[in-house]
Amino acid sequence: MQMNRRTFIIGSAAVGGGLALGLRLPFGPDVARAQDGSPEVGVWVAIAPDDTVNIRVVRSEMGQGTITGLAQLVAEELECDWSRVRIEYPTPGESVKRKRAWGDFSTGGSRGIRESHEYVRKGGAAARVMLVQAAANQWKVPASECTAANSVITHAPSKRRTTYGKVAEAAARLPVPQDVALKDPKTWKLAGKPIKRLDTRDKVNGRMVYGIDLNMPGMLNAAIKACPVFGGTVKSYDAAQVSGMQGVRKVVQVGDDAVAVVADTWWQAKSALDKLPVVWDEGPNAKVSSATIAEVLKAGLDADQAFIGNQNGNAKEALGGAAKKVEAVYAYPFQNHACMEPMNITARYTPDKCEVWGPTQNGEGAFAAVLAASGLPAEKVDVYKTMLGGGFGRRGAYPNDYVTQAVLIAKQMPGTPIKLLWSREEDMLHGRYHPVMQCRLTGGLDANGNLSALHMRLSGQSILAAVRPQVVQEQKGRDPLSFQGVFESGEHAFTYDVPNLLIDHAMRNTHVPPGFWRGVNINQNAVFMECFMDELAEAAGQDALEFRRKLLGKSPRALGVLNAVAEKIGWGKPAPKGVYRGLAHLKAFNSYVAGAAEISVTDGNKVKIHRIVGATDPGYAVNPAQIERQVAGSFVYGLSALFFQECTVKDGHIEQTNFHEYNSMRIAQMPKVETVLLPTGGTVWGGIGEPTICVAAPAVLNAYYRATGKRIRSVPLKNHGIELV
Amino acid sequence: MIRLSINGKTHNVEVDPNTPLLWVIREQVGLTGTKYGCGIAQCGACTVHIDGAAVRSCSFPVSAAAGKRITTIEGLAQGKNLHKVQQAWLEHDVPQCGYCQSGMIMAVAALLKEKPKPTDADIDAAITNICRCGTFQQVREAIHAAANANAKA
Ligand code: FES
Ligand code: FES
Repeated sequence: MQMNRRTFIIGSAAVGGGLALGLRLPFGPDVARAQDGSPEVGVWVAIAPDDTVNIRVVRSEMGQGTITGLAQLVAEELECDWSRVRIEYPTPGESVKRKRAWGDFSTGGSRGIRESHEYVRKGGAAARVMLVQAAANQWKVPASECTAANSVITHAPSKRRTTYGKVAEAAARLPVPQDVALKDPKTWKLAGKPIKRLDTRDKVNGRMVYGIDLNMPGMLNAAIKACPVFGGTVKSYDAAQVSGMQGVRKVVQVGDDAVAVVADTWWQAKSALDKLPVVWDEGPNAKVSSATIAEVLKAGLDADQAFIGNQNGNAKEALGGAAKKVEAVYAYPFQNHACMEPMNITARYTPDKCEVWGPTQNGEGAFAAVLAASGLPAEKVDVYKTMLGGGFGRRGAYPNDYVTQAVLIAKQMPGTPIKLLWSREEDMLHGRYHPVMQCRLTGGLDANGNLSALHMRLSGQSILAAVRPQVVQEQKGRDPLSFQGVFESGEHAFTYDVPNLLIDHAMRNTHVPPGFWRGVNINQNAVFMECFMDELAEAAGQDALEFRRKLLGKSPRALGVLNAVAEKIGWGKPAPKGVYRGLAHLKAFNSYVAGAAEISVTDGNKVKIHRIVGATDPGYAVNPAQIERQVAGSFVYGLSALFFQECTVKDGHIEQTNFHEYNSMRIAQMPKVETVLLPTGGTVWGGIGEPTICVAAPAVLNAYYRATGKRIRSVPLKNHGIELV
Repeated sequence: MIRLSINGKTHNVEVDPNTPLLWVIREQVGLTGTKYGCGIAQCGACTVHIDGAAVRSCSFPVSAAAGKRITTIEGLAQGKNLHKVQQAWLEHDVPQCGYCQSGMIMAVAALLKEKPKPTDADIDAAITNICRCGTFQQVREAIHAAANANAKA
């Protein structure tokens, strides 16, 4: 299918823009314009004469509803007709030219909305002020006598009215007011409401264009294989064996570690690649296995040196004097994101211009990768985003990833657009994996069963050491993110008040490249901490909820969500016969989240999750319907990980190659998810896409213990013979 | 040369007969609504209808589809009228990233044809598509809604 601009209502700028190369319709030269030629009223809004409102979004859409939420916030302040709103993605290249007028593009860390709400709302409000001023100027009346609603401006005294589209050209020429007042969220009419997403229609009729669907004149397709052993390189390959195969145009080396076949169709490219003889130099990691990695981590549990993430009192001393000591060791594996749409990107290179089109969570990160790989200056580079078929952290900015590869291929065939698509197998073997971690927890109870001391020793991989080494350097070697949910302060702060506390991390990095996997380090930290809390409560002879409550005196919002799930699940009341409950909570990404599950277990190993309640206090809720979907979706992602998912290492490479070895939950296993939304306001907005993911696993594990008396301390459960039914 | 009937239109394609139907639909015919997720019949993203039945086209050679009636997500609506499953999907705001949804919708449409009023157990047995975004709760609601629209129709 040739690209059709109609298919780009969402992201029309992204792809249409790239193809229309410099297209500017003749509406006058003096103001900046959107792709459809409509004038920009401030950088966030461009309005066409027919009242179509283009709202600019630079964060990516990968399913979380981010573009809808951001548009709601802009439109709320703009007072425009929601039915005429469409989204336009400015490109990183335009952003560079305009001194980053739209701020940060990166869409990860659940920050799409929480870290841009203020400036996008101001953008909407400023545009409204400009439009009203333009109408007032035209009517020669004071702006204060005019009102705006639903894209219509009214001057009541003279009964005149006009629309945004009619005054947009004039408004675009007015100065952008700097200090506009924002609405009190309590008065929101559009934001905060459970409205439908903007991007659904094309997702039910097959028209939505993902990166994998791109087509351009003269485009060729590439399939790639990188050395399965991380750190290995290409020694040799025999192109002659496949160059005669149907459709094959070229066999190329990509960097020092990969080989690609370029063909007319991707299926031809992949078929040839499968037959291409390649000899690898597997390098120094060819003997590494899951067992050798586990040994290294295990040693870290006892290491003297460790980075401290949270400390008060003297935990070691207090543990020595405790009336009762409890100790447990937990473990969490490597996991792949397994986005539904495998990694891909389309690149075209000439010595004058290098452009890429496709799915990325971080337009600016992709831009930097294109700059580096093409060797061209910023003004000759751009990135056009499509819809993402899932992201979950995989499509962020990582060194030597798919964008770099595509540019390196395109450079070898100048002028030809190359669509690089990874097979699922390549995607499984070259992920940016959830870091591997072990943890020893030691708790001390006093004579009254109070938690007097706690030591949490993490041993394992740091994401930031691999991906953002400068942050680790600034922290003198520490990775603050490894303490997510148990950190000393900030958006991932520990909520429990323990008199003697030590949480430290023996950093043990592996050759397996780590990445930000939805929730990132809260997945393992919540399992470790919240399962151990249950262990401590039991040792103290106390109810798991009561035990936690006593430690949450200084964290009312944590208590709020925990109480909410407890009440909703019926904690303390008899459960149906054969049904057992568990709960957990955490603070992460500035949201307070809690979960409670009801499960039953048959034959000792078949787990049915009947209900799972998730409560979240993100401060503000921009779209409650989408939040519910994020909670339910997070639970699917988190529970799939808990029950099925582990990437094991053998001879230096990942063993699992596709969904038959790396399973994902199906509808039959889906529990009923009930969401409690408790936004308590305040000045800090919390994230939505990730935080709740982490409470599902410990809530279910705690329930499993109550059902069976067996405490499971490592993920995934398939390794313990446990099934999800 | 293989003769394919897709969404009521005939396409003559010059292609290796072992090529999976999925890639012919996407690359030769140019209908990209049908997605690639795994290539080994695990995920269902590539589901199309062949003579009315749901088939995972990534694992179905194009030669076996010759002469059969193939429907893809693009051909599910009747002109401007969305299929009742698509309509229910819109009303229940089902898709997140949306990538799996073409396959999900095709699988559900085939189920409803066979069982106009499926029970939850019927759904569990028939719908085995992977959705990494985890839209199952809305999928189930929307299936029941579409089935009720069915009953009324
Ligand atoms: S792509 Fe065919 S089942 Fe996954
Ligand atoms: S909606 Fe994203 S995979 Fe299903």
